[in-house]
Parts: sequence; structure tokens; C-alpha cells
Amino acid sequence: MSDERQEPDRVDLDANVSHYLCIGCPLGCRLEVEEEEGEIVEIRGQSCKKGEVFARQEHTDPRRVVTTTVAVEGGLWPRLPVKTAGDVPKDAVVDVCRLLHGLRLDAPVSIGQVIAADVLGTGVDVVASRDLPRR
Amino acid sequence: MITPKPAHLQPRYDVVVVGGGPAGLAAAVGARESGAERVLVIDREPEAGGILQQCIHPGFGLHHFGEELTGPEYAQRAIEQTLEQDVDVLSSAYVLDVAGDRRLKVTSRDHGVAFLDAGAVVLAMGARERTRGAIRIPGERPAGVMTAGFAQKLVNLGGMLPGRRAVILGSGDIGLIMARRLVLEGVEVEGVYELMPHANGLNRNLVQCLHDYDIPLHLSTTVVHIDGRERVEKVTVAPVDEAYRPNMAQARDIPCDTLLVSIGLIPDNELAHRLGLRLDPVTTGPVVTSTMETTRDGVFACGNVVHIHDLVDYVSQESLLAGRGAGAYAIGTPTPPDNVRLTPGENVRYCVPPTITTDREHTVYMRVTKPMAPCTLRLGDVYNRPLRYVFPGEMVTLKVRPRFLEGFHGGSLPVSIVPREEGGSA
Repeated sequence: MSDERQEPDRVDLDANVSHYLCIGCPLGCRLEVEEEEGEIVEIRGQSCKKGEVFARQEHTDPRRVVTTTVAVEGGLWPRLPVKTAGDVPKDAVVDVCRLLHGLRLDAPVSIGQVIAADVLGTGVDVVASRDLPRR
Repeated sequence: MITPKPAHLQPRYDVVVVGGGPAGLAAAVGARESGAERVLVIDREPEAGGILQQCIHPGFGLHHFGEELTGPEYAQRAIEQTLEQDVDVLSSAYVLDVAGDRRLKVTSRDHGVAFLDAGAVVLAMGARERTRGAIRIPGERPAGVMTAGFAQKLVNLGGMLPGRRAVILGSGDIGLIMARRLVLEGVEVEGVYELMPHANGLNRNLVQCLHDYDIPLHLSTTVVHIDGRERVEKVTVAPVDEAYRPNMAQARDIPCDTLLVSIGLIPDNELAHRLGLRLDPVTTGPVVTSTMETTRDGVFACGNVVHIHDLVDYVSQESLLAGRGAGAYAIGTPTPPDNVRLTPGENVRYCVPPTITTDREHTVYMRVTKPMAPCTLRLGDVYNRPLRYVFPGEMVTLKVRPRFLEGFHGGSLPVSIVPREEGGSA
């Protein structure tokens, strides 16, 4: 049995059709989004509504929640886990991490504390994922 | 978060919980709910929360807390809920032994070696990762070969990188998540290799951890050799045939300094062995009843010690139950014995708990051998449920309600998952 899930999510077999792997459940439907003149004309391959919603979102505006860590001085651990409070454009993920890697915080930090407001102009804050007490 | 230290240890507790991860924390809450007064959680780390503290990615809590949380957020909530119940948490401590009469030998940073008596014990030590040794990869034994979860701890808690160029063996979720994590920290990930012809992780992780970063996944391929004197210098990979035999004619070398293995978890059962508990050969965890009591009176178990869960939410729910059972036992509340045995039939590897009662609702967790869609879950001839799909990587949960078992007065009930024709009746 071959597993087709390893294929990249976009293969331009036909210039107007984009391919996605649905992440809604373990079925992993192979989704196809067909476009004409910049408009989605058909979404195929889904076995439920989740697939259609996912394909439309991934095709028009893929977004991700970013989680990484930030350096902390004097804390129980030398790193603080952080997350974007909402999803940001997928293309911004690496830049968000790069920006956060340059930060140095001092313990203590509280859960939910804003670490970077409106990160890279996305309108989304980066917040602490936990309390980090002093060592 | 740091839990307040107990000023002194008491010689006797109603319930002692071994392990302060999500299982142990929920078990402590369950014990308090059922009336146990003095409850102690013993944990080896400097803070409770277990492996959740290093799982900084989101995806936790949808079932148990009704919202999506990161691991540390889930841990913090679980710790807060436990402390609200007046539970003592002893951190940086280790249970060396548990005797049959529930006397625990404990060593801790703050109190040295101590003996504690427990009205009931809950084993909630979680699981350990399988290592290179478990699959006997030939080659030298240089530094740079480690489990994916250990690398996760180094990176996310310790602020250390495991290397500069990594190969990952195993496509389970921890391996996939670490592939993304390493890339975001500036480590080059050459690829993920999977012995099986299919990926083991969630589709979400395939898309968001591998595809997003163009990390290749090589199926039916494994690592056949590790080279390097002091440090890993290269690994050799080769495709495998249907019997998982590597084809050395197609082997190729990959220069790298790190090999992460993500090849499964096994229940941490040192204390179960010491207690002489009966273990299930399939789950390798202790055999439990519907109150999560093991084969030794007053010793309960929950979480990944019993069977490997894929969602922490289910660990919390199962562990609340174990804690309630332990609390009830400790204060002498009688529990009716199980009178129904669930026997795994077609495409069911195991059921936890393997026995239940007919008088109340039970949540039964099971795992399947092979994918099937669509299918029907059959409980003997008393109950059927249509399922859209089952996958070995996703636990099947079934709430068994007393009305399913009306007219069934105990005995053995086979549980099977059988194919269903599209459009056919269940």
C-alpha cells in the first residue's frame, strides 16, 4: 500500500488546479482547488464540509499559529515558550521566529504576558505560554 | 509554575500519586473529589506538568478544556486545578520502591530518603521513548544519536541545539514536530525516514511540519548504519521491501551530525514490575479494572503507564477516574466488581479497561490493527455503531451506556470493528 500523503501540498500538474492534503481528520483527503481568472470555480476531493473550508482557506490565505521560545535571564529554565495569540500569514512564520530569537527577557514572566505586540504588523500579539518564575 | 513545597512530609497519606504529569495531576484531583483528605503527588522534575512543559506547540485541550492550548498552557491549568484541591506536590523527588502493603520509599532533594504509607497508590509515571537500542541500528556509537523527545527537551527547555544537520528516523508526531522545531531554530533537517509504507503522524503535522518547510518524507526507508568516532559523521539509509528487509544495493550515505529517533513509546513500568502487577502483553501496561485498579489491591494506574494515548485530554479524563477509584478505596467506599469482560475481536488490538460493569457508564478506549473506512464497531450482538473511519494511530473511544447492556447479565462481550459497505445499514 502506498501512502500518497507524502506528496507536497501543491503540485502544479495543471496550472489552474492546486492540491492540498486535508488536515481535518486521519482520512487525509486529497483536495483540489480549481481556479479560473483568479476565482475559485471548484473544490474537489473532500468527503465533508471541513475539507472544503480548509481548501478554500489554504488556497486563498494560509495561516499558522507560531510557537517558539525566547531567551530569558534568571528564570527556572533559560527559555520561555511563546505563541502568537492568533494565526498569522504562513509566509510570516519564519520572520516571526527570527525576530523573537533576537529578544532577551528577564524572569519572572506571567502566562499571557505580551512579548511582542502586533508582531511584524500582523495585528497579532506574541504572548507567553506559561508563568516562568525566577530561579 | 513552581508548586509550593510541602514543609514536611507526613508519615501517612490517603492517596500517593507517583508522577506529576497530566495523569498524576488529574488523578490527585479525582482522589480529592471522592473524599480523600491527604493527597500527595511525587514528581522527579523541579516542576510538575510532565512532558507537556516541553511540548510548546498547540493542539492540546480541545476535549478537556474546550479550547486549543499549547502544552505549557495545559500543564499550568492542570497544576492550578490540582493546587486548588489542597494537594501537596513534592518535586525533585523519586519513588525508589513500593512494597505490597503500599509503603513507598521516596528520595527527594528536600527531605532525603523517607518512607511513606499510602491508603491507595496511583501509578502515573507515563512512558519512555524507544531508543536506538530497541531497533538495533548497526554502526558506531558516537554522540549525536538521541530520541526526538530528548532533543525537544534540550531545545525547548534547555535552550540548546542537538546539532547542525539532522536526520530523523520515524514519522510519529514527535519526530514531525521536532523536524519543524529544528528548522525554525536554524538546524538543517535533511529528511524524515519511515520504515512503514505510510506516515504515522497526524495529517496536520505532515502539512504544517514537513510540507510547509519542504522537508522530504521517505517512506519504506530506514537507517541501516551510523558512522562517526566522537560525533555522528554520517548515516546510511536504504529502502526496505514488504518484509522490511533493507535493499543494500540502493543504500546511500547522508552526511549529518545528528540522528533523532522517533520510534514509539513504552509504558514506564519499573514500579509495576517491583509490585509484581499483571501486565497486558499488548499494551505492556498493567491490567486494570473499570476503576483503573491494578491486580494489587489499592494500587491504581492511569495515563501512558497503562497504554499509550494520542491525546492528553483522554489521559486527564482516564486519570480523574483512577484518582476517584483510589480515593474511594482509601476511605473505604465499596466499588461494585466488574462483571463484563470486553474481549478484542476483529481489528481490535486492545480495550482499556478490559472489564466493566453493567450498572454505570464507562468510557472504553481501544486501538485498531489496520485502517478501515467506513466500518462498524460491534459490541457483541447488543450494540453497533457506524464509524466513518478507524486508523491505528487514532484511539477509538466508546461510551458504553447501561442501556446498551440491558438484558446482558455479565460474562464475555466480544468487541470488533468490521467493514461496512457504503450506503449499507450499520
